[in-house]
Amino acid sequence: MAKKTESIFTNPFLRWIDERFPLSSLIKDHATEYYASKNFNIWYLFGVLSMVVLIIMLITGFFLTMNYKPSADDAFDSVEYIMRSVENGWLIRYMHSTGASFFFIVIYLHMFRAMLYGSYKKPRELIWVLGMLLYFCLMAEAFFGYLLPWGNMSYWAGQVIVNLFGYIPFVGDTLTEWIRGDYFISDITLNRFFAFHVIFLPLAIIGLVAAHILALHHVGSNNPDGIEIKKNLDETGKPVDGVAFHPFHTSKDLVGITVFLIIYFAAVFFAPEMGGYFLEVDNFEPADPLKTPEHIVPSWYFTPYYAILRAVPNAALGALFLVLAVLLFVFLPWLDKCEVKSIRYRGWQYKFALTMFAISFIALGYLGLQPATGIYVFLARFFTITYFAFFLLMPFYTKFENTKAIPERVVYKKNES
Amino acid sequence: MSENLNRRKFLSIATSVTSAVGGIFALGAFVSTFQPSKKAKALGASIKVNLSKLEPGSIIKVIYRGKPIWVLRRTEQMINELDNENINLRDPESDLSIQPDFAKNKFRSKNPEFFVVEGVCTHLGCAPIEKFAIAPADMGPDWKGGFYCPCHGSKFDLSGRVYAGVPAPSNLRVPAHNFIDQTTLQVGENS
Repeated sequence: MAKKTESIFTNPFLRWIDERFPLSSLIKDHATEYYASKNFNIWYLFGVLSMVVLIIMLITGFFLTMNYKPSADDAFDSVEYIMRSVENGWLIRYMHSTGASFFFIVIYLHMFRAMLYGSYKKPRELIWVLGMLLYFCLMAEAFFGYLLPWGNMSYWAGQVIVNLFGYIPFVGDTLTEWIRGDYFISDITLNRFFAFHVIFLPLAIIGLVAAHILALHHVGSNNPDGIEIKKNLDETGKPVDGVAFHPFHTSKDLVGITVFLIIYFAAVFFAPEMGGYFLEVDNFEPADPLKTPEHIVPSWYFTPYYAILRAVPNAALGALFLVLAVLLFVFLPWLDKCEVKSIRYRGWQYKFALTMFAISFIALGYLGLQPATGIYVFLARFFTITYFAFFLLMPFYTKFENTKAIPERVVYKKNES
Repeated sequence: MSENLNRRKFLSIATSVTSAVGGIFALGAFVSTFQPSKKAKALGASIKVNLSKLEPGSIIKVIYRGKPIWVLRRTEQMINELDNENINLRDPESDLSIQPDFAKNKFRSKNPEFFVVEGVCTHLGCAPIEKFAIAPADMGPDWKGGFYCPCHGSKFDLSGRVYAGVPAPSNLRVPAHNFIDQTTLQVGENS
């Protein structure tokens, strides 16, 4: 039997609840007595921000399904109906479409934080793997959602991605037919993508988020110095370098959330299309199986992988490289042989490699938006090589790193005023 | 005691294996719902096209699996024209293009008289238009008849073979097809 936690409430109703449900112990374990390092910096905001975006997406998505119709005949018109006829439908829809892009912005920054401070390293490998599963679910969620407006770019981007499965030897054609449920992207395909988008993947994402956070709270949060704060306890058993998640980190996060919401709503109200990056021009035309858009481009958050796909001269190999480019992240905890977690105390080797990786990722993202011709192809090939080099050479360059001494306590400047 | 434990272990394993087998069968039912349904199969089945009323030099267009399929009945003159080598083609032997094996020739068909092709430009999927006249004013004096894509100016000959120096990378696609009898074409199957 679990140990009885003393109730934190004086209110008789809440005490009544507490005797029948572990409310006090949940609040203590995950908020008021969950200690996280006091030297968190701005990079530590993106976890909570991705939670905020998830909630926005769940709520706006729920309201969109009330007016959206997942059929080839009605889908495009029902989205226009939401935009024009439903009271504030435009707001709900723009919050959802803008939210998709912001989801990827905060997730990419959240992942980069883990790479900066070695948050994927022992004992947090499982948190990282769960996070990567979340990232895969998010990509699938975005892909399925992208077909739903049934615009022409939706249609053809869906076509291109589904056709990628056709490159799998022997089973490719059967598999693509199985995915589409038809011989081309049709009403049947749209209907099942809708089911994935609104039921299966949201449930998977919510479950994985719970597991991600439970695992995090089990081992404790990392920090910019990469020190295990649990090793330095005071006489009451609290980490000397930690402060309670609530109220200290929550009140700090509230400032970050406010700033984030200002930026997010500025985009929702003033630039929901973001010059064609958040909503593409070709998607304002209904899906037409007989007419391909001039340039088929995926949403910006997939373009680094799209650039890799096109950089490889052989189409089947290109598809394989695309899958590898996404999958390799999962193995970071085992590819990285360096004992030191934080970039603050790591050698020039990793600093250089991570910088090259960041440049490659952004450059590939840009190249994925450009036509695959001339100099663009050459550059995409160059950055594809540097992208893979970051992962595949990691066991070698991290093994003999010139690391610095790690301090005993986290580096923290007290506010004197 | 240990006999009891062994018995318990055996029963646990037997129960797990039986449930797993049942689970796999149940999963199979769910997985199979993803296959093209009977309706989708019926709509995507091979189609028969009656060619008895198709005059030489004319073309009919049908829709198969969301794509337009053209059937051109070539005239004697068209066949003779294709017999002469055209040096302006990008892929005259159809090495880079998609077609059934029996159509990998200069007529890109089994019977030179009937030409079956997908009416989808290999560049970006626009619909090319017929330009069967020899050397009309808009196509220039070297034009020997063929197809022209109005979107980005790709040109194809009467076998759907792409000209060099246009955006389309390969010849028009020839779908799987066969002739059931003299006047009945079946699109979607090679035999």
